Amino acid sequence: MSVEAAKMIGAGLACIALVGAGIGIGNVFGSYLSGALRNPGAAAGQTTNLLLGFALCEATGLFGLVIALIILFT
Amino acid sequence: MAMNPMAQFEVKPLVPLHIGGYDVSFTNQSLWMCIVVGAIALFMTYAARSRSLVPSRVQSMAELSYEFVANMIQSAAGEEGLKFFPLVFTLFMFVLLSNFFGLLPGSFTVTSQIAVTFALAAVVVLTVIVTGFLQHGVGFLKLFVPKAPFLLLLLLVPIEIISFLTRPVSLSVRLFANMLAGHTMLKVFAGFVILLGATVTSRTPWFAPLSIAPMFLIVAITALEILVAFLQAYVFAILTCIYLNEALHLHEHH
Repeated sequence: MSVEAAKMIGAGLACIALVGAGIGIGNVFGSYLSGALRNPGAAAGQTTNLLLGFALCEATGLFGLVIALIILFT
Repeated sequence: MAMNPMAQFEVKPLVPLHIGGYDVSFTNQSLWMCIVVGAIALFMTYAARSRSLVPSRVQSMAELSYEFVANMIQSAAGEEGLKFFPLVFTLFMFVLLSNFFGLLPGSFTVTSQIAVTFALAAVVVLTVIVTGFLQHGVGFLKLFVPKAPFLLLLLLVPIEIISFLTRPVSLSVRLFANMLAGHTMLKVFAGFVILLGATVTSRTPWFAPLSIAPMFLIVAITALEILVAFLQAYVFAILTCIYLNEALHLHEHH
């Protein structure tokens, strides 16, 4: 297997990290929505935590994406 | 190749300058940083020039940004955190405007460079460490020892230390990766438009009108990118507040 082909496969494998990010972001917003529908009064106060959870979640997936880009373009 | 989606992140020297073996050229990166800082300074001074009781539109925008950051610090770090308002406000405005200016076609995204975001994150973490030691002395190290039974501490203390040490990395990589991924995605979809449009001269010209589909996707993704640009600036600022809160109050609640 050439180095070029191995790079492509490696980049593809690194992108699997985004699966976890997708599940996590879905979980964050889904849980927020179900909580907000049960207690709409408390929903507005939790947007900070919502966005924080979203960002922290998304970052872990993007770490994998960065690895993939580094593999492809260096 | 003109369609390399990573070409937009290339740092090109505009005014080559070498001092003592170091490359300190004025690059497109430096140019856009100057533009961002200049725009913020211009906006804030222009908005605050009249200081009227009933604010004009520009003044209320400036007041809105001020109150937004002040409320954020107060809710995350308490009253004491407000002495760090200049730092947090500067970071927030710089990241926000860098992200927004990066969305302009043909511009350069300052925050898509790990060097820039890591420098910002290093400033934050160093501020947290210095503040913590000034505030609590050696007692700041209690930050790594949560309230727990001794056996659990053997596990928790290393975890706390690792989580503290990865903060500058995660803070900088989050911002940089978001910007990098978003802008790469935009350029990849722009490439689809060109590839499909170029089929006009090939043996299958009926594919060419399909290039309108990725065009609409670009518009949708740009809208998403505007949200991300704001969100990442917000997250950067709020995480700064949370880290400062830990330095100011250790584990107790403010």
